[in-house]
Amino acid sequence: MIHSLFLINSSGDIFLEKHWKSVVSRSVCDYFFEAQERATEAENVPPVIPTPHHYLLSVYRHKIFFVAVIQTEVPPLFVIEFLHRVVDTFQDYFGVCSEPVIKDNVVVVYEVLEEMLDNGFPLATESNILKELIKPPTILRTVVNTITGSTNVGDQLPTGQLSVVPWRRTGVKYTNNEAYFDVIEEIDAIIDKSGSTITAEIQGVIDACVKLTGMPDLTLSFMNPRLLDDVSFHPCVRFKRWESERILSFIPPDGNFRLLSYHMLSWDVGKINPQKLPSLKGTMSLQAGASKPDENPTINLQFKIQQLAISGLKVNRLDMYGEKYKPFKGIKYMTKAGKFQVRT
Amino acid sequence: MTDSKYFTTTKKGEIFELKAELNSDKKEKKKEAVKKVIASMTVGKDVSALFPDVVNCMQTDNLELKKLVYLYLMNYAKSQPDMAIMAVNTFVKDCEDPNPLIRALAVRTMGCIRVDKITEYLCEPLRKCLKDEDPYVRKTAAVCVAKLHDINAQLVEDQGFLDTLKDLISDSNPMVVANAVAALSEIAESHPSSNLLDLNPQSINKLLTALNECTEWGQIFILDCLANYMPKDDREAQSICERVTPRLSHANSAVVLSAVKVLMKFMEMLSKDLDYYGTLLKKLAPPLVTLLSAEPELQYVALRNINLIVQKRPEILKHEMKVFFVKYNDPIYVKLEKLDIMIRLASQANIAQVLAELKEYATEVDVDFVRKAVRAIGRCAIKVEQSAERCVSTLLDLIQTKVNYVVQEAIVVIKDIFRKYPNKYESVIATLCENLDSLDEPEARAAMIWIVGEYAERIDNADELLESFLEGFHDESTQVQLQLLTAIVKLFLKKPTETQELVQQVLSLATQDSDNPDLRDRGYIYWRLLSTDPVAAKEVVLAEKPLISEETDLIEPTLLDELICYIGTLASVYHKPPSAFVEGGRGVVHKSLPPRTASSESAESPETAPTGAPPGEQPDVIPAQGDLLGDLLNLDLGPPVSGPPLATSSVQMGAVDLLGGGLDSLIGGTNFVAPPTAAVPANLGAPIGSGLSDLFDLTSGVGTLSGSYVAPKAVGSISMDLQLTNKALQVMTDFAIQFNRNSFGLAPAAPLQVHAPLSPNQTVEISLPLSTVGSVMKMEPLNNLQVAVKNNIDVFYFSTLYPLHILFVEDGKMDRQMFLATWKDIPNENEAQFQIRDCPLNAEAASSKLQSSNIFTVAKRNVEGQDMLYQSLKLTNGIWVLAELRIQPGNPSCTLSLKCRAPEVSQHVYQAYETILKN
Repeated sequence: MIHSLFLINSSGDIFLEKHWKSVVSRSVCDYFFEAQERATEAENVPPVIPTPHHYLLSVYRHKIFFVAVIQTEVPPLFVIEFLHRVVDTFQDYFGVCSEPVIKDNVVVVYEVLEEMLDNGFPLATESNILKELIKPPTILRTVVNTITGSTNVGDQLPTGQLSVVPWRRTGVKYTNNEAYFDVIEEIDAIIDKSGSTITAEIQGVIDACVKLTGMPDLTLSFMNPRLLDDVSFHPCVRFKRWESERILSFIPPDGNFRLLSYHMLSWDVGKINPQKLPSLKGTMSLQAGASKPDENPTINLQFKIQQLAISGLKVNRLDMYGEKYKPFKGIKYMTKAGKFQVRT
Repeated sequence: MTDSKYFTTTKKGEIFELKAELNSDKKEKKKEAVKKVIASMTVGKDVSALFPDVVNCMQTDNLELKKLVYLYLMNYAKSQPDMAIMAVNTFVKDCEDPNPLIRALAVRTMGCIRVDKITEYLCEPLRKCLKDEDPYVRKTAAVCVAKLHDINAQLVEDQGFLDTLKDLISDSNPMVVANAVAALSEIAESHPSSNLLDLNPQSINKLLTALNECTEWGQIFILDCLANYMPKDDREAQSICERVTPRLSHANSAVVLSAVKVLMKFMEMLSKDLDYYGTLLKKLAPPLVTLLSAEPELQYVALRNINLIVQKRPEILKHEMKVFFVKYNDPIYVKLEKLDIMIRLASQANIAQVLAELKEYATEVDVDFVRKAVRAIGRCAIKVEQSAERCVSTLLDLIQTKVNYVVQEAIVVIKDIFRKYPNKYESVIATLCENLDSLDEPEARAAMIWIVGEYAERIDNADELLESFLEGFHDESTQVQLQLLTAIVKLFLKKPTETQELVQQVLSLATQDSDNPDLRDRGYIYWRLLSTDPVAAKEVVLAEKPLISEETDLIEPTLLDELICYIGTLASVYHKPPSAFVEGGRGVVHKSLPPRTASSESAESPETAPTGAPPGEQPDVIPAQGDLLGDLLNLDLGPPVSGPPLATSSVQMGAVDLLGGGLDSLIGGTNFVAPPTAAVPANLGAPIGSGLSDLFDLTSGVGTLSGSYVAPKAVGSISMDLQLTNKALQVMTDFAIQFNRNSFGLAPAAPLQVHAPLSPNQTVEISLPLSTVGSVMKMEPLNNLQVAVKNNIDVFYFSTLYPLHILFVEDGKMDRQMFLATWKDIPNENEAQFQIRDCPLNAEAASSKLQSSNIFTVAKRNVEGQDMLYQSLKLTNGIWVLAELRIQPGNPSCTLSLKCRAPEVSQHVYQAYETILKN
């Protein structure tokens, strides 16, 4: 399993190391540095690097390399997914994930990492549960801690870990009960010189922010669920129910989470008048004095369309069972450019 | 007020100061001090000197302080083993704490203290925790067993922890199940032979239930464990697949890929006729495509795996070409992998799109990527014949860009295209020659020189061009020098009159002025060839070159099958079996795909019968072994012979009764009077029924004589050489011959021609042409042939074993793609492996030797220093045999793997190989 973790900044300094088994000398990172030197840009450092006795698996996020060391055959995706989870957790805890912030919160970081893996096996990776175990720092708490000597560490048993809904903690209470869902679609496309589409696809997600008291059981149905045939769900979604009725039925985690993501290669854009094809034109002007770009630069487009999911996906209704109160519900749609590239 | 304050140090004795603070009476000061210690530790400072002071802080009710001390202990216990003992008591006490969080924390930390002395104290608390009422403690304890095993494996076995762990697979809590599986899997990795994860349908059911309820990480452990299970039949395989399929929709890509592994493996057992098989194929594409929209690191691992999947089952992603198109800001490692898969998926249907993309990529900025894109265009040309012309013109367009490295790559691939399609695209040579001066990379220079030499007769100024290279001969790399030498010799052989001076110049440069032994040797060989026998030189140097293969980088089928079992692991990223790279060779078990079950196989065979062997032609080797004797005795041999009355059920050839009364006396007596006929053995096939051959000195050979094996050139030219000696006292006449029904329908194609009567002691040699259109019956052994020879005196029965290679037909070369498909398609249980010892041939020699016996090399590859020959052969009855011959230079033994739908022929094919190779 995962042996050690090194955090390395882009100038090649190891600024944090954590070992879950025996200590691996940081000299193992020399192999990483070699690879880093060979790759001209940080993004191009290969994610899997073999060394004589270990393997280094890395992700590059927020200008930091998260380098995991493994010694035996471990599924690389497992390690990389875990590293992403580490990044997400740091971001969740500290608002930003950066070298100064990590250094500022090194003890919390260390405590969190200790809770995330045991002997290299994932232990608690849901931020809900981690936050129960290790309290995220707030300015107020830091001040209070220094004065009163209380700590970041909770003395609760992470109850969620034992229940059948390990993603939700028990005893959640809100005065305002609300559930918001954002349907966000990104269009990835490559447009060639002549303006015709080479590839186009939609990467869609439904992100949720659910703040509901108790153990609410939600169902969410779509007007046109047929659009979704390539879907990945949050573990809370009952797959059987989706298979049989095309309804999302779930006990939500507390707070922000990604309910599902989906993928579409073709979609219906409605009627277009062939006489008047819609077209979008733009000009690109270089700043005075800027050097001329390569012969054929590729242009990355950014755009946003509010209140529209380009695929036509529409939520039909959202119902809550299991709790008595009436929650406030909201659905928002948005379409934006993902990797939308125009070749020139 | 952040943790960074812990890093500020005073110049004067930091450790000393911390020590004082740790021993402070004030709780708060103590805790702050421990925090400082931890902070120093995390940035790699050595604070081990504080060990006793930190341990003293351990006895506390403050959970945070306890945790911090535990953190410290885990880091430094190893360097202070004696001190670590001090902590044991607290641990043991904490393992009894009413709070399960504390119990779990204690057992978890204790396992992390990698000190032998502590492990003994760990056993009792661990045993309790494994049976704790709280699942959180049990699940933590399960992992602790793996930790302990890492420190002291023997102890874990002696204490019976492994059995307890196995019991936890049936725990009621899914997380405990998942952790038990994870722990057992890790332990099993260091004990490959152990039966730790002994799975049966009941435990599989438990795992499948837990799969739905445990965390994403637990699902990965369980799926990876499931993948090692071998379902007992296709129905069980299908039911597992059905329960695993929902995992394909999981948000965690590692769960998805592990599920893909299980499905790819168990699919192998399902009949292709099943509706479910098609459904499953369709379900696999979307999750794989989705993986490509994840972060680049995940994409990379996914792409490496998809590369294997498209080689194993191209149908899954054949319509998804577009998702592999490269985005300009993909990291280079993703770009290169996508390119590779694009070429694998390229087909006539999508080649236009692919080429347009490749051309686009060839104008990007990243040099490595551009080079690979240009090469990819060449590979497309070679792979999709219909596109070759378009590829060549695309390459020419790229050459016009005059971008130096693009031109050079293009020339290298055009050379390969010339090799693949001779006499088709040579018109472009002129364009290539224009760029001669810009080539500065050895590979491109060598390719260009090869082209000039190879087509010297079409290039008017070939001599000038080559001469221009000669000036800087000694500055060139070896590759270029060798190529230049060969090219000039070719030129000389084609235009001897004008180039004599040039060839002498290069020969002297190579042989006299060079320090490179390879170059000198090649120079001398040419020199001598040219001076002794120019005709032979021409034959050697201008020999026709074999066609180059289409895809040089396909993974060989056996390795591919093994790698499919390793989807999602490091092995799948490196495309090497774990045995090739796993540290310390911890005895890796080879995995293999499950065989298709019998029921599905029979259902499938009509559809998947290999080329050229429609079902009808499938071996009719089937008729049961009947009453051979009766068959033989009922031969229609003209005038009834004396006394063949016995239709006994004894199948034993040479049984005395066979010849019945007429020869009774002869056979019965040891001092027989000269028996009345004989055939001296041709050396093939040990005679069966020694009684008979003893008596009659009679045996026959099929094929050719004494060791010189001449393969039949076509079906029908098989012949049997007989030597008949009359050892009787009277003249023999009226010879006739008949074969019993046999496995391959061998039958005399003409009457036995013994023209003159055979006098006593006279010998006659006859070659009897054979056909393979006789009636068929499966014999035991398969290559057994029973023959009856009749003459005026009696009928004589004998049997012989013929070598199988006489049945190898000339059109036994299978198409490469077909070979791969067939190899995959034949179930693994049909594979047979043999060692051929004492055969010190290299791959070329073996290949040409085998080819002369109609065993054809379909592809050749070098894998880790071993030469792998992939060969095919076809028997007269349409059975295809696929072979993989592995030759290791320097090792006189080679390994032969055979795959055939009629596995009973393998043994005989192996014998044929041995005979041919050793001759």
